[in-house]
Amino acid sequence: MQGAIRLFLGAPISAKIGLLIVFVYACVAIFAPWIAPYSETSIVGSSYELWSDEFIFGTDNIGRDMLSRLIYGARNTIGIAFATVVLAFLIGGITGMLVAILGGWSDLLIGRLVDILMAVPSLIFALLLLTIFGTSIPSLIVIIAVLDSTRVFRIARSAAMNVVVMDFVEVAQLRGERMWWVIRKEVLPNIMAPLLAEFGLRFCFVFLFIAALSFLGLGIQPPTADWGSMVRENATLINYNDITPLLPAAAIAGLTVAVNFVVDWMLHLSSGLRSD
Amino acid sequence: MSSLLRVVLQRLGLGVMTLFVVSLIIAFVVELLPGDITQAMLGQSATPETVAAFRAEIGLDRPAHIRYLEWLHGMLTGDMGQSLASKREIAGFVGPRLANTLFLGGMAAAIAIPLALFLGLLAALYRNSLYDRIVNMVTLTSISFPEFFVAYILILFFSVKGGFFPGISNVSTDLAFGDKLFRTVLPALTLTLVVLAHMLRMTRAAIINLLASPYIEMARLKGTRPFRIILHHALPNAWGPIVNVIALNLAYLVVGVVVVEVVFVYPGLGQLLVDSVSKRDLPVVQACAMIFAAVYILLNLLSDIVSIVSNPRLLHPR
Repeated sequence: MQGAIRLFLGAPISAKIGLLIVFVYACVAIFAPWIAPYSETSIVGSSYELWSDEFIFGTDNIGRDMLSRLIYGARNTIGIAFATVVLAFLIGGITGMLVAILGGWSDLLIGRLVDILMAVPSLIFALLLLTIFGTSIPSLIVIIAVLDSTRVFRIARSAAMNVVVMDFVEVAQLRGERMWWVIRKEVLPNIMAPLLAEFGLRFCFVFLFIAALSFLGLGIQPPTADWGSMVRENATLINYNDITPLLPAAAIAGLTVAVNFVVDWMLHLSSGLRSD
Repeated sequence: MSSLLRVVLQRLGLGVMTLFVVSLIIAFVVELLPGDITQAMLGQSATPETVAAFRAEIGLDRPAHIRYLEWLHGMLTGDMGQSLASKREIAGFVGPRLANTLFLGGMAAAIAIPLALFLGLLAALYRNSLYDRIVNMVTLTSISFPEFFVAYILILFFSVKGGFFPGISNVSTDLAFGDKLFRTVLPALTLTLVVLAHMLRMTRAAIINLLASPYIEMARLKGTRPFRIILHHALPNAWGPIVNVIALNLAYLVVGVVVVEVVFVYPGLGQLLVDSVSKRDLPVVQACAMIFAAVYILLNLLSDIVSIVSNPRLLHPR
């Protein structure tokens, strides 16, 4: 705990701000029902009401409170993106490490498959798959996680490759340890730093990706409050010189900027740790 | 020369292979669905007769490899089949939309590439200066912005408040070139801003990488002026990485174009793709996905080949 505090105090100012913003977002997401003045889906006024004391940011296209939806949106948008990245890391990370240990055939086969999947923008594959599986939240999470795990796979594999050739891994294998044990106890702790930085980067990417899909009407479906689709639903207000639809977009941008600042620092840290 | 030719041919072969495998994936993705695609599309209440009719309509009643060969042949000869939703020939309405998208992408590239190269070069030349640090902060921030955020900010300032450019880019084929250009300004500007940051950062990194090499130091030590060093010593060797950066970002444009087209109601391929996904119009989605994938792969292939051809070591083999 003391080490963590010292680490935090030693961080550059941009990373501190980033961490603080991430913390605020997390609090809003977790405590959404207690903070929000109204519920996420209930219609409490007429449509497109202006900013007032009753509705701080006005109401949306069918009269739901904008602020409440923004607060619940934190929970839904961040939660879904987070679940997707965790799943992507489970798939990509485990396959990457496994392949690094096994080598040979499986390495070649999975490597080529990943090359092919990465030869096409993931948005195109995602749209194709969403056509077939439909746009429900589980299929959204699984599709994006699988597409994104290709990137995680590459990082995990190349990082694990450097560890697998070490003597202590060989000793563990000679000792007769099981594959799963070797991955968990020998390989994973040694590639944690680059994986953590990558986690932040992937989170930004997936978060923006899901927001873009929701904005296109193909991601998180109404009436669930979600920042991407909130921009889409209220976009017409822009034409009346009203900045309300920019609020959810700014919320998205704020979190990605903050995470990027933190990741920048973490990359710096992990490269510094590795060099000495 | 023969080794160069061999490498280029190798890359071409690899590109064609990739394209082929991707076409296989796009064609066979239908089979991924557990059960039957017709059930999923028509719903549980569909009678066996409608299901059978629908299967015959999209050709699911024939063996998979024949379906694939027919589809591939159609793709190559410009006969992309029929849309499920409108029953129209896909090739008929995809053509003009593709032209629109290429126009938009080309315009964004024409603004973004020179600007990014110039600003990136400056940032590399004066690195660690105030300018460089500001550029670093601004680009890191703008990378984190969703495309539609940038787009709506531009609409707010240049269309709603300023009234300089139209916020809706409904171009049509019978529009005069100047008029078309005028209506495409805002979407093109959005795309420019989206790719500019990436391109700038990568140009800067590529040049800085080069400036650290011994022969540049030698040039500096013998008193060559900085501008001449960049132009005569660094740039010839930097073409490879720079072209790579450009192609990577053009490929990035391909993706950005989808969201931007929807924001500006621009009648391009991206908008068609999104519309077709929400209607679950599979043949159109497959055709659009194939076109996007082909453009993306070809751009990457082109960058590969240019960076090989511009590599002095391969051009002048010992």
